Amino acid sequence: MSTAQFLKAAVNEIRTRQGQDELDAMDFLELLREKLKLVEMDQSFISRAVNEGFSGGEKKRNEILQLAVLAPRLAILDETDSGLDIDALRVVANGINRLRTPDTATILVTHYQRLLNYITPDQVHVLYNGRIVKSGGKELALALEAHGYDWIKDEIPAVAPLGAA
Amino acid sequence: MSTTAKTVEALVNREYEWGFVTDIEADVIPAGLNEDVVRLISSKKSEPAFMLEWRLRAFRHWLKMGTAAGEPKWANVTYPPIDYQSVVYYSAPKQKVTLGSLEEVDPKLLQTFAKLGIPLEEQKRLSGVAVDAVFDSVSVATTFKEKLAELGIIFCSFSEAVQNHPDLVEKYLGSVVPYTDNFFASLNSAVFSDGSFCYIPKGVRCPMELSTYFRINTAGSGQFERTLIVAEEGSYVSYLEGCTAPVRDENQLHAAVVELVALENAQIKYSTVQNWYAGDREGRGGIYNFVTKRGKCVGRNSKISWTQVETGSAITWKYPSVILQGDDSVGEFYSVALVNNYQQADTGTKMIHIGANTRSTIISKGISAGHGNNTYRGLVKVLPRAAHARNRTQCDSLLLGDRCGAHTTPYIEVANPTASVEHEASTAKISEDQLFYCKQRGISAENAVSMIVNGFCKEVFKNLPMEFAVEASKLLGVSLEGSVG
Repeated sequence: MSTAQFLKAAVNEIRTRQGQDELDAMDFLELLREKLKLVEMDQSFISRAVNEGFSGGEKKRNEILQLAVLAPRLAILDETDSGLDIDALRVVANGINRLRTPDTATILVTHYQRLLNYITPDQVHVLYNGRIVKSGGKELALALEAHGYDWIKDEIPAVAPLGAA
Repeated sequence: MSTTAKTVEALVNREYEWGFVTDIEADVIPAGLNEDVVRLISSKKSEPAFMLEWRLRAFRHWLKMGTAAGEPKWANVTYPPIDYQSVVYYSAPKQKVTLGSLEEVDPKLLQTFAKLGIPLEEQKRLSGVAVDAVFDSVSVATTFKEKLAELGIIFCSFSEAVQNHPDLVEKYLGSVVPYTDNFFASLNSAVFSDGSFCYIPKGVRCPMELSTYFRINTAGSGQFERTLIVAEEGSYVSYLEGCTAPVRDENQLHAAVVELVALENAQIKYSTVQNWYAGDREGRGGIYNFVTKRGKCVGRNSKISWTQVETGSAITWKYPSVILQGDDSVGEFYSVALVNNYQQADTGTKMIHIGANTRSTIISKGISAGHGNNTYRGLVKVLPRAAHARNRTQCDSLLLGDRCGAHTTPYIEVANPTASVEHEASTAKISEDQLFYCKQRGISAENAVSMIVNGFCKEVFKNLPMEFAVEASKLLGVSLEGSVG
């Protein structure tokens, strides 16, 4: 099952559910080419089997391509920066930036500020023991990078782990 | 119930589309088997003496085997004893004595094949595929005969070949699968009623796919057809075989024999999509498909390639094999076998390396669902003369659900120290993770399973001719319910 076939099946199931006509092979290929350019990926990528023999970076880029093609209203990207080299990080980040629209939301889960050098977040939340314990703008991420997490723990000692009540 | 289990549950609930019966007057002989029946079949077909003799020798040998050991018992399948005296050994749709053209074929027969998606009107064929349609015991029509004849290619029913080309039949019949080969092959040799015959002359590349479509119709009848393909020096042919049968409660026996002969530098590609009625969800009814298929690479640098997609039959017992006699000859076996409900399959291949530098490839994909039981059984044998023989075998099993079985039984016998034989096997289940990955991206569980199964089979499907690959992929979808992405 090639990446292209996989994505075509997914796109068409989504379109059918939304009451739209299915895309034929030609129209889909056009869409896919456009999205490939958006995420700076090579054409050869789409004829490869899904995730078969993909490197860590390729898998992540594949996710971004899928994000571009499937265009979900909400995307949760969990540690999408882990195991990426600098170039791959830039490509992934650029992809996410280009896919940002006023109508869609993206939740990035990360442990490092690094990714946020490329993506400027609207909101930063700190999740601790299953709860959001602090929220802020991009400055919060920079403060975390500079001072670590401990100062937040000190700031809110009363927080009990979720479900421990 | 977990998602996987639910999906599998849904997949198990599917219907057989080709289960209708054609109401047509048939010439049926009484059930039972003895020498007189063998003589009767031979005389109905006005066969020359050598054919009757051969049939009788086969019949006597079969009787001896019956009293000695009976049916082969080594396969990993179980079924109640078959009463060979209750089987009808000859059934033919009644029609005009000689068929000059397709217009003379009973419209009911044409309709039957049209319903099966096999239009016999030549102008309606989309691309170059010549079809020989076999209904119960006889071949009812062969298309594109004249066009092929211009190239010297003979493509006709076996009965016609016996009448018009007795020398070729006498020379090659039983040369690959002798009538003594095994219980079912002996039975077939005694009573076979028709089948296809194909002869490609020296240096000719057959310009179209040749195809035989088998249909069992009459209740209680067995189908015993015989196919013989001879590829002369430097010739090439690609051959397709398809089959279906009506839904019936009792089991029907199908014991066919296929023989392929490839001479020097010749190539034969034989593809099967087997979709006999598989029985109902409780395992009632269905075809017993006990088939002997074997090819012989007689000449140097010849090649025989089997591709099979087995989705039907209550029980499949089938080992398309290649005898690699000529030096540098090549044998290939690509197989997808799917069992669902209570289906049982014991299938695989034999690659017999006799000549030097002979090479073989075996790729077997078994898919088990429901209560199905799937066994790969294969032999790779390298004889002392087969220096530098090479084999690569890959057997993969995919399990859907937790009530099915997958077994792999490879036999490897090597008698030449320069040979190299590789065997690789894997067993996997469709994981919750894989399903989740697909579902998360909007693909329904059912389509996800279809996609995964098709992906699993792609190494085999890519060896099927284009039209057939589409059909096979569709068939897997139907067999597993739902469409294929």
